Amino acid sequence: MTHQGIWVVAEQTVSGISRVSFELLAKARELKEQGRVQAPVTAVLLGENLDDYYSAKLMEAGAETIILVDHPALRYFQNETYAAVLKALAEERQPSIILMGATAAGSDFAPTLGAKLRTGVSAHCVDMRLNEEGHLVAVVPAFGGKVLGDILCTNFRPQIATVRPGILGKVICFMHKQCPVERFDITDILAQDQGRVKALGITYEEMKGVPLEEAELVVAGGFGIESKEIWQQLETLAAVLGGAVGCTRPPLDEGWAKESQMIGTSGKSVRPKIYIGVGISGATHHICGMKDAGLVISINKDEKSPIFDVSDIRITADAAAILPLLIEGLQKNEDDVIC
Amino acid sequence: MALNIAVCIKSVPDPKWYEKITIDTKTKTITRKGIPSIINPVDKNALEAALKLKEQYGGKVTVLCMAPPGAKNELYEAMAMGADEAALLSDLAFAGADTLATSYTLAQGLNKLGKFDLVLTGTESADGATAQVPAQLAEWLNIPHLWNVKEFVLATEQEIHAKVKMDDAVGEYVIQLPALLAVSREINKPRYTTAMGVMKARKKTLTNLSKHDLDVNESLIGQVGSPTWSGDISIPSLARKGQELIGTPEEIVTQLIAKLRAAGIREGRGMVNDASGNLGSGRTDG
Ligand SMILES: Cc1cc2nc3c(=O)[nH]c(=O)nc-3n(C[C@H](O)[C@H](O)[C@H](O)COP(=O)(O)OP(=O)(O)OC[C@H]3O[C@@H](n4cnc5c(N)ncnc54)[C@H](O)[C@@H]3O)c2cc1C
Ligand SMILES: Cc1cc2nc3c(=O)[nH]c(=O)nc-3n(C[C@H](O)[C@H](O)[C@H](O)COP(=O)(O)OP(=O)(O)OC[C@H]3O[C@@H](n4cnc5c(N)ncnc54)[C@H](O)[C@@H]3O)c2cc1C
Repeated sequence: MTHQGIWVVAEQTVSGISRVSFELLAKARELKEQGRVQAPVTAVLLGENLDDYYSAKLMEAGAETIILVDHPALRYFQNETYAAVLKALAEERQPSIILMGATAAGSDFAPTLGAKLRTGVSAHCVDMRLNEEGHLVAVVPAFGGKVLGDILCTNFRPQIATVRPGILGKVICFMHKQCPVERFDITDILAQDQGRVKALGITYEEMKGVPLEEAELVVAGGFGIESKEIWQQLETLAAVLGGAVGCTRPPLDEGWAKESQMIGTSGKSVRPKIYIGVGISGATHHICGMKDAGLVISINKDEKSPIFDVSDIRITADAAAILPLLIEGLQKNEDDVIC
Repeated sequence: MALNIAVCIKSVPDPKWYEKITIDTKTKTITRKGIPSIINPVDKNALEAALKLKEQYGGKVTVLCMAPPGAKNELYEAMAMGADEAALLSDLAFAGADTLATSYTLAQGLNKLGKFDLVLTGTESADGATAQVPAQLAEWLNIPHLWNVKEFVLATEQEIHAKVKMDDAVGEYVIQLPALLAVSREINKPRYTTAMGVMKARKKTLTNLSKHDLDVNESLIGQVGSPTWSGDISIPSLARKGQELIGTPEEIVTQLIAKLRAAGIREGRGMVNDASGNLGSGRTDG
């Protein structure tokens, strides 16, 4: 087969490069080693004002060659342009594997790219490996994460896969000297853009406290929190513990929490050292996003609640009774601590 | 201005029952026996959005589903909610399709049914949940699309303004018609079916379309037309050997604080031995 090498499509964010890009580069290096792939791991980054900072970061995270596509038209994600650029690049260079983050942008333009190249796309994998013949085996969840399927694409190239942010977890810092950085010109591609979709702008949600994905401690609340007042106690608990607040779906619908706080198949994947779940029943949709947490502590008033099956510490009690005592207890102890 | 709208609805096993799903280890297939099928929840939001547009601008709403024959129930339910017509794409040759073959078949179904100003889908299904069908369907139809739309308005006769959910952000876009929008569940609250709706639905048309009715290239449908295939399937065990904390709430809290301390928590200062990676996601040099 003429197609060679593993590509990682990195993503530009307001603050630099998305963390999942680094997770993917670490995985790509691992796959390369495992499959004795000769071709270098290539990072492709589309965006605007891509200075040396970006190539340095990508190299540090494991890229062995870098392709930068830098153009004002790429400032905001816009599927038609992004997919056209990647299609042109992939047809010219013929990579064997293309990995992308299953972010809002990646989840949308990976399938477009797959359709354009008439090849297969594995959707938001949770793991991957190369089999003996060197084909990519992507582990894809279905039924809310209850079922895992190995997805292969043996007769078509490139093999495209998106990977859920936070699920691989590991980011590696490589020490190397130099790597080739190429800038890819897209003037011709843009000339063909039909302009059917225009991006007007993007508004970021205001974030307070530790980002959920990076927090070492997560306090998650579910429908069992029962009211906005008790929800505020949950937030206080997280603040006292220096952690982030996560949630299941009902608190969103109740207006207690924000979209960006939801953990699970349609939300975020977290792997904190400590996860404290309060008033959460343990639907597969939620478990799927927190199963890799270190210590799992659950508080639920129903002793038969399925969340207890996936918990290290089980507390059968009313959240409204435990939360204030816990906050008080922690604050009292805080005064005792001699720094 | 009347709008010709198509809504793609998938028939899925009811997500409330996913705990009951098992795997036949011999045949490597998913057993969903006894689990009722329903309209994929977010596809009802797509249908609701279509019905609202029809109420406002006039036009027609057609629902389309690729599934085994039993899915006619879901299509009748959609017509009871208010869809004008339905089409069921059903053929053994469509089975085993991945998202590329599914979207190709849906595209050929839509081409057969007419010219649509707007195609609406859900963002993702509850079962396969790849979220890949909308983008690929738009590609086969050669129309622009937006995925994860939480709000949209018809700005002019040719243009839609839409708000799209991004990662911790909302993007704003203008898209030309004809277009495909994959909507998220925040967009609206789907209406309930009424007894009157159910009665009316019985008189509406449900068209069955097999591969012979469509202009399909056989190498692009079903398993044959699917570049991906599935190997092993499994149900991972996530069980942990839990320890129960017992006593009065005060006693429980005392034990819990001890556990938290043992795990490295220092009140007010978060975790000690902060071993967070040196490759944070954020840019720190400004
Ligand atoms: C396609 C799809 C995608 C989804 N994606 C997600 C997702 O990404 N993330 C997600 O979380 N959900 C998701 N869901 C929803 C999911 O299926 C569950 O409905 C949801 O996780 C349940 O949330 P919960 O546990 O908070 O609520 P419930 O299931 O209502 O459980 C509440 C729990 O609180 C307990 N309780 C009640 N009162 C108290 C009290 N006073 N003290 C202590 N305990 C109490 C009860 O015993 C119960 O166990 C999705 C659903 C679908 C169909
Ligand atoms: C364990 C498992 C893993 C899988 N992994 C992959 C994979 O990685 N890559 C891959 O290509 N396929 C995969 N598949 C196959 C995929 O689920 C099927 O192709 C399925 O028919 C369509 O995809 P979906 O359910 O993910 O739809 P989604 O893309 O999630 O659906 C989005 C929207 O498209 C519309 N829609 C989807 N299907 C239909 C339909 N049949 N009729 C009408 N409207 C519809 C609905 O509006 C829906 O809301 C997997 C299946 C399983 C069971």
